[in-house]
Amino acid sequence: MIAKTENIKNEYKNVWVVAEQLSGVIQQVTMELIGAARPLANDRNSEVWVFAAGPNMKSLAEELFAYGADKVIVVDDERLLNFNDELEANVLGRLIEKYKPEIVICGATTRGRALIPRVAVTKICGLTADCTELSIDPENGDLLQTRPAFGGNIMATIRCSNHRPQMATVRPRVMKVPEPDTSRSGEIISESIEAADTEGVKKILEVFHSKENTVNLADAQIIISGGRGMKGPKGFDLLKKLAAKVEGAVGASRAAVDAGWIAYNHQVGQTGQTVQTKVYMSCGISGQIQHLVGMQSSDLIIAIDKDPNTPLMQMADIAIEGDLFEILPKLLEEIPKL
Amino acid sequence: MKIVVCIKQVPATTDAKIDPVTKRIIREGVKAELNPFDTYAVEEAVKLRKRFGGEVVTLSMGPPSAVNSLRETVSVGADKAILLSDRALGGSDTWATSYALSKAIDKIGDVDLVLCGKQAVDGDTAQVGPGIAAHLNWMQATYVNSVDDVTEKSLKVKRMHEDGYDICELQLPAVITVVKGINIPRVPTLRGRLASEGEEIPTWSATDIGADPEKIGLMASPTRVVKTNPPPARQSSTIKINGSPEKCAKDLVRELRLRSIL
Repeated sequence: MIAKTENIKNEYKNVWVVAEQLSGVIQQVTMELIGAARPLANDRNSEVWVFAAGPNMKSLAEELFAYGADKVIVVDDERLLNFNDELEANVLGRLIEKYKPEIVICGATTRGRALIPRVAVTKICGLTADCTELSIDPENGDLLQTRPAFGGNIMATIRCSNHRPQMATVRPRVMKVPEPDTSRSGEIISESIEAADTEGVKKILEVFHSKENTVNLADAQIIISGGRGMKGPKGFDLLKKLAAKVEGAVGASRAAVDAGWIAYNHQVGQTGQTVQTKVYMSCGISGQIQHLVGMQSSDLIIAIDKDPNTPLMQMADIAIEGDLFEILPKLLEEIPKL
Repeated sequence: MKIVVCIKQVPATTDAKIDPVTKRIIREGVKAELNPFDTYAVEEAVKLRKRFGGEVVTLSMGPPSAVNSLRETVSVGADKAILLSDRALGGSDTWATSYALSKAIDKIGDVDLVLCGKQAVDGDTAQVGPGIAAHLNWMQATYVNSVDDVTEKSLKVKRMHEDGYDICELQLPAVITVVKGINIPRVPTLRGRLASEGEEIPTWSATDIGADPEKIGLMASPTRVVKTNPPPARQSSTIKINGSPEKCAKDLVRELRLRSIL
């Protein structure tokens, strides 16, 4: 809501984390968010609350306390098992009105990015997408939200002074998971779905979760990525073997995807996925700007190419000049010896 | 079936400039293109019209030059295009933008379906699609990669998630945002291009759509960009490895061990 006076702002207190669950299991991004929320709540002299919607959430509250939650709002309901934008937005929006949190953060996942804009619009709140840094302005207590913009070419810091709560989605794998402390405890607040929440809500007909059939580039610690230099689908078999060995995922440039060598869900870059991994190993990718913006924030960038002058070889932390069809098989031999 | 496709004209390169005073993108004078993800939304709308009949209207909020991207949508099959352009709308964040677009959709009237690309490549927020749905209080589905079983009252979509997908049924009217894999956008034919040249594209103002002046533009936007910085610099030196394939592989493994990665 619009909060132009200090009196209205002071009605809003605490930092909320919107938990993400999949088949009733709390996802790691939730722990990361609790870790990010803790210092914000400390600075604001307030508490970390987790909004947990789904079946049997009550039994998972202890785990959330251990990671740093002070209170957990539990909406234990089978109807919240699968992600339903309208239903979850209605419930969350209603509880935001009831408890008036000052800050609400949520994972910048496909689900979070669908849910939170719906809540922010109906509750007239500012919302910043895909934040990589959150802090409290010591001058006035506002939340400072930093996010990459223009494909990571600039970092923009955004504030939302005249509306409460302040809302943000946070990129997975950016914030650190705090050390759990099993001696911590907290308070469970039980809430339920009300009749009005279920109006105008979609029907979920089928759900498929599969680690095998999907490519979770966002969660991978190591991505082995191939481009035009892989010469065809067979080249990608080599990358898949290597990725399997290091428990990584296979990525691809747009050129390789458009050539039909590998499916689109592997594509990294502006029209694919933006990744921020520990290790990004590029094989035969020249490095168009549209690709670079999708991976340049990775911790360690390795490039293998015959041509040492490509943009990717120039920007890499480790650049290996040579024939990848000779080097990759050797690498496959070397790695298991460890 | 009346379909509105919301499109955005974006800077064609990623080296767009920022206005030092407003901290907003300078769109004037920069080479521009239709947001790549929106091309899939336009194609899907045209395909749906072919199967189920009706009309495809493309809608864009932006500077007068955005008419070029709207013209492009007409060249690939949109029946009509509307530009929403007004100084009063300048500086809108995703809240105010989705409000203005929802008012324009109201004015178009009798809309069954709104399609958007999953996000624009300049802002990357993915917030405007769900924002429009929220302003209109319609159902929504994001990251959709197929649309099926379309009836007058409902349709089914397949939504992509990081860990799989689901299939859901939406009551119409609804808002859908689409991913790249949903189709292969057609290339405009010469005839299409020529036809689009002559297309009259009306410009609507904030008053035309009946927008509440308290809800549009920079002043009504809850978020404010307070500063922009270059991203943290990468380490400048590159470790170069070359020689025989065995040496390359061994050297790399050693580097990875040094960093405790292996």
